[in-house]
Amino acid sequence: MNDRPIQIEFQLNGELRTLEVEPRARLLDVLRYEIDCPGTKEGCGEGECGACTVLLDGLPTNSCLVPAWQARGREVVTIESVTPEDVSRMLDAGTTQCGACTPGVVMTARWAEANPELLAQFDLRQLMAGNLCRCTGYDGIIDGIELPSGQEAD
Amino acid sequence: MRVHLASSLQDALAFKATEPDAWPIAGGTDAMVHWPGAHEMHERTWLDLSHLNELRTVEFRDDFVELGALATYWDVIRDARFTALPLLPQAAATVGAVQIQTRGTWAGNIANASPAADGVPALMAYDAEVVLGSRDGGERVVALADFYHGYKQLEARPEELITAVRVPLRAHDHQDFIKVGSRAAQAITKVGLAYAHSSEGWRIVANSMAPTVCRCAAVETLVAAGTAVAGPDDLADAIAEDLTPIDDIRSTGAYRLRVFGRVLYHALQPICDSFS
Repeated sequence: MNDRPIQIEFQLNGELRTLEVEPRARLLDVLRYEIDCPGTKEGCGEGECGACTVLLDGLPTNSCLVPAWQARGREVVTIESVTPEDVSRMLDAGTTQCGACTPGVVMTARWAEANPELLAQFDLRQLMAGNLCRCTGYDGIIDGIELPSGQEAD
Repeated sequence: MRVHLASSLQDALAFKATEPDAWPIAGGTDAMVHWPGAHEMHERTWLDLSHLNELRTVEFRDDFVELGALATYWDVIRDARFTALPLLPQAAATVGAVQIQTRGTWAGNIANASPAADGVPALMAYDAEVVLGSRDGGERVVALADFYHGYKQLEARPEELITAVRVPLRAHDHQDFIKVGSRAAQAITKVGLAYAHSSEGWRIVANSMAPTVCRCAAVETLVAAGTAVAGPDDLADAIAEDLTPIDDIRSTGAYRLRVFGRVLYHALQPICDSFS
């Protein structure tokens, strides 16, 4: 227990990964620089913009605020798991412009789409409030999210 | 930087007994902000609590709810039983956005001791208690309202960890949490008010208005006594007795005092006969 690297094991996009991480490495750093998953972006580095959103045990999480050693034994799902077919509606709706926020937007949106029961409690804009976008004005993002039939985004 | 990955509560308490300066970490939503450049953070010894499943609990008992130390805002937001304590999901929903709510814990909000904490006012308005554990001292229960002695000064001893938060289950006929910030999501509170009324009386709590989140004793007395209040200005003396907000990056002390009085007046005017 000191400055030495810490060995961790976790599921990344369904695949078991074992590696040593520096004590101060964030999950974001490990994804981008240690295991060649650079799709997850760093925006603000303070948990505000959501660009680094991944799913940690199924829930949207800012990977800039997660020490890598906290990912041990967890399931991490990143933008690398997403296929073009998964986001075809977004491609049509103008969900992305500059692209900096897009990986995080897609991960939160995938979670919202997979959990439609949340829409009984929240509107989509509330669920997406942790993903800042400076380009689209958000309408393109909301339009790109596939809701269960019969539900209209506002 | 040193890290101890606690494998059980017993292990965590044993570590804290031998290394009382160790910093507990769970959701990390405050500790990790600007982490790469936060060099003083890298000098610390960290005690990771995040895998202690025995603390990831929410239990409704006969007359109180116990939130384990790893219970998150999201756990409460998604648990329909909290209609019995509506300020908790209401306050939780104002913290950051989903990505923060899924990670941030109620116990961490208490321990972090920010004057702007949004979870703490709701808990304090409900007379929550903090359960502290230690290897040699067993369990100790402290009223949340007595938990802060000053800015970031906690009642907890260095060898103690917060293991749970208990919230009495009472019937409240009036309650609300009102947060004034720059925008609806992802904003830190400039002026915050939580209040609750039950058979135990009024609890009126402010955040971002003093060095700690705190109950407003003079305001509670004024309201309970039925003193006539004709407008926000009539609350100013009591507020000034209870609260000493500062100028900082988010607001000014003068703005905070003025807005708190108005928020409080307009919250209570419809429900208190003494407010005209």
